[in-house]
Amino acid sequence: MSRPFVQLQNVNKSYWRDSLEIPVLNDVNLDLPEGEFVALMGPSGSGKTTLLNLIAGIDRPSSGNVIVRGQNVSRLSEGDLARWRSDNIGFVFQFYNLMPVLTAYENVELPLLLTKLSRSERRRQVETALSIVGLADRMKHYPNQLSGGQEQRVAIARAVVTDPVLILADEPTGDLDKVSAQEVMDLLSRLNHEFNKTIIMVTHDPRAAEKAHTQRHLDKGVLNSHESPQAG
Amino acid sequence: MLLVNYSYKNLLARKLTSILTVFGVALVVFVFCAVLMLSNGLRETLVSTGADSNAIVIRRASQTELQSIIFRDMANIIKADPAVARDTEGRPLATGEILVLISKYKRDSNEPSNVPVRGVTEMSITLRPRFELVEGRMWQPGTSEIIAGSKVAGSFRGCGLGETVRFGMREWTVVGIFEAGGTGFESELWGDVDQLMDAFGRPVFSSITVKLGSPSEFETMRARLEGDPRLEVEVNREKKYYEDQSKFTTVFINAMGLTISIIFSLGAIVGAMITMYAAVANRTVEIGTLRALGFSRTAVLWAFLVESMILAITGGLIGVTAAAFLRLVEVSTTNWDTFAELAFSFEMSGSIVVFAMVFAVAMGLVGGFLPAVRAARFRIVNALRTK
Ligand SMILES: Nc1ncnc2c1ncn2[C@@H]1O[C@H](COP(=O)(O)OP(=O)(O)OP(=O)(O)O)[C@@H](O)[C@H]1O
Ligand SMILES: [Mg+2]
Repeated sequence: MSRPFVQLQNVNKSYWRDSLEIPVLNDVNLDLPEGEFVALMGPSGSGKTTLLNLIAGIDRPSSGNVIVRGQNVSRLSEGDLARWRSDNIGFVFQFYNLMPVLTAYENVELPLLLTKLSRSERRRQVETALSIVGLADRMKHYPNQLSGGQEQRVAIARAVVTDPVLILADEPTGDLDKVSAQEVMDLLSRLNHEFNKTIIMVTHDPRAAEKAHTQRHLDKGVLNSHESPQAG
Repeated sequence: MLLVNYSYKNLLARKLTSILTVFGVALVVFVFCAVLMLSNGLRETLVSTGADSNAIVIRRASQTELQSIIFRDMANIIKADPAVARDTEGRPLATGEILVLISKYKRDSNEPSNVPVRGVTEMSITLRPRFELVEGRMWQPGTSEIIAGSKVAGSFRGCGLGETVRFGMREWTVVGIFEAGGTGFESELWGDVDQLMDAFGRPVFSSITVKLGSPSEFETMRARLEGDPRLEVEVNREKKYYEDQSKFTTVFINAMGLTISIIFSLGAIVGAMITMYAAVANRTVEIGTLRALGFSRTAVLWAFLVESMILAITGGLIGVTAAAFLRLVEVSTTNWDTFAELAFSFEMSGSIVVFAMVFAVAMGLVGGFLPAVRAARFRIVNALRTK
């Protein structure tokens, strides 16, 4: 087997509230190969979002290493980390987190503003991303003119527009009805097998989790060592 | 600066607070401009009163014509100076004038104010090429007739065409109205110098104004006259002489205006700050999202700073534009350098526009900085967790 794509080594994370230490992740170890699609499950408050944030380089572990494609993320300076995020990570949020004052097009374009691409190159990439999520005809719409499912698809377009290697999704269907959730899950599956994106997805929804290759469970900050492979 | 479009569209999205903030800045900039335009107008009026090729001679250390005395024999020495230009008949282009302040009532307020009365000669008019009689006629020699500058005629009782005004123990009839290209002369009454000397019982000149053969001869003439032991005079370029008459008053107006503007600007800055703090608070999750996407703290700082700068610059442009219309307004007030009433207009200038815009941008920066810093300092995870 090749070098692991995402690797967590003895990761601990605590938050501090006043002088009280709140342990969130407890000695988490994880090895993911490239092209993996993992569903991360577990009760509320078990530390799923925290784990995702550490892999995304949005937060730093209290101890241990987060290594993505050989890069020890925890060692990067803040500025380098921001650049690293924009180059490598596509993040999908439960509540989409689109900028309400920007159109679908402008929202998807945002991450490209951090690149050296010309306006016309950006346009081509935004159009490609929006057509992958099936919303090429909604470019000029504002978030409040879109349904929840459409908003989440715009957010997915934003996550993939820079062609990142790793997509992290935090309950991407958590706020959606069944049909929209199904669409979003189909889209993520497609990104995984058609575009070979490695995906880590937090979800409470067993139906969504079925789309993943493997499921991992987090409980009170402890990641189950047992992998449960999926048939489909 | 990556997020300019985002900043701009956020301003459009919250129209009401944006408009109110812009309005606050515009108001301050308007006041700021108005004050600078006022002192600039005063200065410009006085500067334009002097002509480049003229020099004015007054008694040493007297500062203005009003305190100056030049005896007739001194006047003759000055007029004979070789630097003085001559007309075709060989007469020196020089004029001895007398200037006296009289107190008269203003038409609108009924308050007394000082009107300068200038005794002039035929040559005086040759030396003031912008002089133009616009109504009535010149005085007849040997009579108690005068002409009034257009600003005096309009604003002082008894100074209109055909009216009579009392001073120097005589009744004077206004027989003509003159203009002088918007200069300070329009705020004066002019009469025959001999009649006025007689009426005021003051048989001496206040000043001698001469036209130079060439402006470059000024320095040599000055050295010659100021060094002459018979004279005890000081020689100034006419332009500089009048410009100096605006010094105290313009400094005073500017100082007062700046103080007022700065106090007002505190209000505008606090207004901008409140608006921007509210914007930061409302958009905490957006800030967290931008940072998660890879935007740096600096990019976020700029996004908010640009917002407050757009507000400030828009306010500044509106304030400057509104102030530009003040040029249509004419004011008349006592010039504290001479204590004479002087009419002038608000006058815009390039440097006033620049100052006003710098002031506006400064308000935007000061008002926007702390909120922008706050936005830039959020921790991403905390920002994303806010509801
Ligand atoms: N930034 C933070 N500051 C303080 N405590 C935090 C912070 N982020 C998370 N926590 C705490 O850490 C624990 C785990 O939070 P986390 O959001 O990772 O859970 P989760 O598994 O994603 O839960 P949910 O399913 O409700 O989203 C919780 O007790 C939470 O209160
Ligand atoms: Mg969570």
